[in-house]
Amino acid sequence: MSATAAVFELQQVRYRYQELTALDGIDLRIEQGSRNVLLGANGSGKSTLLRILDALYFPSSGSVRFHGRELTPKLFESDENAFDFRRRVGLVFQSPDVQLFNPTVFDEIAFGPLQLRWEREQILSRVNTVLDRFEIAHLRDRPPHRLSGGEKKRVAIASVLVLDPEVLLLDEPTAALDPRSESQIINLLASLGDGRRTVVIATHDLNLAVDIGDRCVLLERGRVAAEGDPREIVRDTELLGRVNLIHEHLHRHASGLVHSHPHRHPHEH
Amino acid sequence: MDERAHSRAGGDRKLMASRSARRASAFVEKSIHSLLETADYAARAERRAESRGLLQRLDPRSKLVGILLLIFAVVFSRALWPIALVFAAAVALALGSGIRLRAVAVSIWIPALLFTGAIALPSVFVVEHGGRSAAFLVSRSLTCATLSALLVFSTPWPALLKALRALRVPAIAVAMLGMTYRYLFSILDIARDMMESRRSRTVGALSGAEQRRIAAASAGVLLSRSVQLSREVHLAMLSRGYRGEAFTLEERRMRPRDWTSLALFAGFAALVTGFGR
Repeated sequence: MSATAAVFELQQVRYRYQELTALDGIDLRIEQGSRNVLLGANGSGKSTLLRILDALYFPSSGSVRFHGRELTPKLFESDENAFDFRRRVGLVFQSPDVQLFNPTVFDEIAFGPLQLRWEREQILSRVNTVLDRFEIAHLRDRPPHRLSGGEKKRVAIASVLVLDPEVLLLDEPTAALDPRSESQIINLLASLGDGRRTVVIATHDLNLAVDIGDRCVLLERGRVAAEGDPREIVRDTELLGRVNLIHEHLHRHASGLVHSHPHRHPHEH
Repeated sequence: MDERAHSRAGGDRKLMASRSARRASAFVEKSIHSLLETADYAARAERRAESRGLLQRLDPRSKLVGILLLIFAVVFSRALWPIALVFAAAVALALGSGIRLRAVAVSIWIPALLFTGAIALPSVFVVEHGGRSAAFLVSRSLTCATLSALLVFSTPWPALLKALRALRVPAIAVAMLGMTYRYLFSILDIARDMMESRRSRTVGALSGAEQRRIAAASAGVLLSRSVQLSREVHLAMLSRGYRGEAFTLEERRMRPRDWTSLALFAGFAALVTGFGR
């Protein structure tokens, strides 16, 4: 039994998009200071789960607790509760174009603090600190549509971290990035896991799971198929094949090893 | 036929087929061309607004208020020469700010002349002192349009929007304009991708009806994608604390030179108003 406090506790969480069941009875405990990777193929429910954790969606049935308090639409009717939660939990969306909706990088990073009614001087000081820390000060007056993919991602992460949330949720942080930008983002994410902040990353990138995570939750069609040490999970090729995370015959492991299994085709090649 | 000749003939056939497809899908080509042109125009305008000219160095609020004062002075002037003086000053400011007069002529002067000229021309022959009235109409519209162009050409659009807050335009309106501007580019990208994808799969001639069908289908898909995008953006806003109320932050402070330039604008506008009575 773990002595570490739970940040999130999910019990039998179900979520339906009209006719489609996205999450089907999820039980999950996310501990304080842990680095969790939600691994799964497209359509496995990773993004929906992140949105549930960020209280953007509420479960069709089941419960989600944040530090023991159940997240419900009623709780978020109060500005005080909403601001407290938004200050403590931040979500980086998969597409930076969704996340970067302000006219300039400066406005983007200042958006969260402005909404939470911080003082002007505090906002200016914090935004400038974050711009320097993420090495994006030279982009401050640039409109987001003129940034490269890697720059957009860094700005998107900075726009969430400006609030210094205790929980950081990231949806496919390395998707559609070139290798250089990808490694910059992985280094950045690795530096965030200082034990103080809880990180939850949704991805189908096995390398990222091993590089960043200390716990892995494997999702399959809205259910938890397995959970445990990421290194052990990526070694289980049968399981990964079953949940469509690796090719049946050929796949590369985080260690760089490429496996090729015997196989048959209806045609020759 | 030897292998090289065969290959050349094959290449020629491919080229002809490609040309034919290109001619046939002129509608798609034109759409892509105009989308690229729009994005290119916006990029050029942004670069020009960010360059280090006379007006570009000024705070957007001082420019916005100063130019509005001059526009009011021109509108209320009852003499032609003060208007001409403001026009000359506007041309001098454009030159000092690295704004090419050709760009102003093409995008502002010619359309303004054609539009107001068409309205004013009949009055020259029909009304007493019609020539003078026409001169007022044309000179005022040309000068005001030139002043507005100076503001737009020398100020990045996000900075211009923020400057509107100095005129007490509500924050929510400024935020909406800002987001509209920002997402125009995303939607342009989506539209270009759609058209390029269509081009890569279009072979042979397209009839008029087929072109109209593609245009309608593309518009529908684009609308649906924009609605989806807007939903996602709203979630991203909620996630960062948005509660239905918008706030903006003006991080720049007016410097002495901004106050000086505002005073110069105001003084010049007062002189024009005085002489124009």
